[in-house]
Amino acid sequence: MGIYEQILQFVLTGLTIGAIYALVALGFNIIHNATGIVNFVQCEFVTLGGMMMYTYYSLLGIPLILSFFLSMATIILLGALIERGPIRAARSKAIIVLVFITIGLSSTIRGTALLAWGPDNVPLPSFSGENVIRILGAAILPQHLWIFGITVGVVIFLQYFFHRTLIGKAMRATAVNRKAASLMGISVNRMVLLSFAMSGGIGAVGGMIIAPITTSSYDTGIMLALKGFSAAILGGYGNNAGAVAGGLILGVLESLGAGLISSKFKNAFAFLILLLVLFFKPTGLLGYGESERV
Amino acid sequence: MLNIDLINTYYGQIHALKDLSLHIEKEEIVALIGSNGAGKSTLLNTVSGVTPPRTGSIRFNKTEISRRSPEKIVAQGIVHVPEGRQLFGPLTVFENLELGAFLRFSRESRKDIEKDLRYVMELFPILKERREQKAGTLSGGEQQMLSIGRAIMGRPQLMLLDEPSLGLAPLVVIEIFNVIRKLQEDRTTILLVEQNARAALRIADRAYVLETGRITMEGNAKVLIEDEGVKKAYLGNDYREKRRRL
Ligand SMILES: Nc1ncnc2c1ncn2[C@@H]1O[C@H](COP(=O)(O)OP(=O)(O)O)[C@@H](O)[C@H]1O
Ligand SMILES: [Mg+2]
Repeated sequence: MGIYEQILQFVLTGLTIGAIYALVALGFNIIHNATGIVNFVQCEFVTLGGMMMYTYYSLLGIPLILSFFLSMATIILLGALIERGPIRAARSKAIIVLVFITIGLSSTIRGTALLAWGPDNVPLPSFSGENVIRILGAAILPQHLWIFGITVGVVIFLQYFFHRTLIGKAMRATAVNRKAASLMGISVNRMVLLSFAMSGGIGAVGGMIIAPITTSSYDTGIMLALKGFSAAILGGYGNNAGAVAGGLILGVLESLGAGLISSKFKNAFAFLILLLVLFFKPTGLLGYGESERV
Repeated sequence: MLNIDLINTYYGQIHALKDLSLHIEKEEIVALIGSNGAGKSTLLNTVSGVTPPRTGSIRFNKTEISRRSPEKIVAQGIVHVPEGRQLFGPLTVFENLELGAFLRFSRESRKDIEKDLRYVMELFPILKERREQKAGTLSGGEQQMLSIGRAIMGRPQLMLLDEPSLGLAPLVVIEIFNVIRKLQEDRTTILLVEQNARAALRIADRAYVLETGRITMEGNAKVLIEDEGVKKAYLGNDYREKRRRL
């Protein structure tokens, strides 16, 4: 394999993993825009996506497609319950208090996952076989195409949702100005609930589509969420276009760095890039999103 | 239509409204005047549910609303145009107007809502030109028009207006006050808070004077505008001078 084929190979795999970072980053953004907080449970949304898929499909023998949507629904429900329970019940709505609640929930859920599924990595089958596809000398798996296609689908859906539907516009309005939104009759609580449910669903999708490539365990979400968080900051926290750009850039640079320099430093690359961007352009590549800075 | 009875509103320890009572009848314009910090905005926030009163009662069409959330109060037909416009800056003019009708989409036909959109654009033709522009890019006067237009989209029975003339050029102020009069002709009841007391008293039917959280005077607007005390405190050169310094 020549150097150009190799580079193409790294770029393609980088884009795939970057697509996952983008999904996770979008999950972070949606909750941030609705509430102003960083939601640590995003890690578990990703983890549980993979683990629920494993449970429904491998343990319970439910067909793949059905398992996919069942896992997604389960995590959407979990997201909604987290908002409806601890987040809404919190006496103090201070950002720092809510963030600590999500940190607590995150470790609780991770611990429960360890008890439920054990410490080992579990495999998940690819959505449509393992036959390698050749593109200009590079090789990719059908699962890579799934990852890409589903991510594009999610991004298009979100774009449509936030810009073409009344509820989506109401969510953006709430992010910009909560007081004014409630004066329009928009229920802020309901928008926050929706944001947790959506982030849950999107995180779960990320976890499910990557699992056939990386396998899945009770804590796979942590590293993915950390990278996704970096991607969100890289693109401009709260900015959805930035999340997608940040995710893809991070994925590609990381993959090139690991392939061409050394894979030992793969994770270090991501954070180095992040530090550089924060140093030279603290608002991220595309600037902050629309929401008011809290 | 609106009956406020002995309400007390606090910000922590600060007692902002003290045993305040007032009433507004259907299709009236009622002006509320008072100097900076008197509690005018607090009163509007208290009616719209943003800062609920600690004690006292607020009845709207005979229903007690003082313990309801802002969302529920909007649904009852009271729309608040807050101080400082409070637009959704990154959203377009059109989206802002649409969100003004947020609660109506589930109850009414799209056609009725579009009719009101046209009505608002007739009242403020500039908004039609700017409909795809982000609200944050509008001038101060245009923003105030959008803020009022957005409130009209909610089809309120009662509109609470907080200092709509603040910081605007005289010609724009005239345009805004003409619209307020037009809203009254179209049967909207209005509670108008103003530091521009002269303009407010001219279009109002009745008025209240608020000083440090208490109503100190009330009556027919035409009578109050001639009242020596009011003239001295809110209409005279002294007052204009005071405002300039603020
Ligand atoms: N969010 C708040 N927190 C604490 N005190 C406030 C707040 N808003 C207003 N106040 C106080 O309440 C009083 C009335 O304020 P306000 O209703 O804004 O007056 P006005 O609108 O007549 O200028 C003032 O003394 C002001 O300092
Ligand atoms: Mg005020």
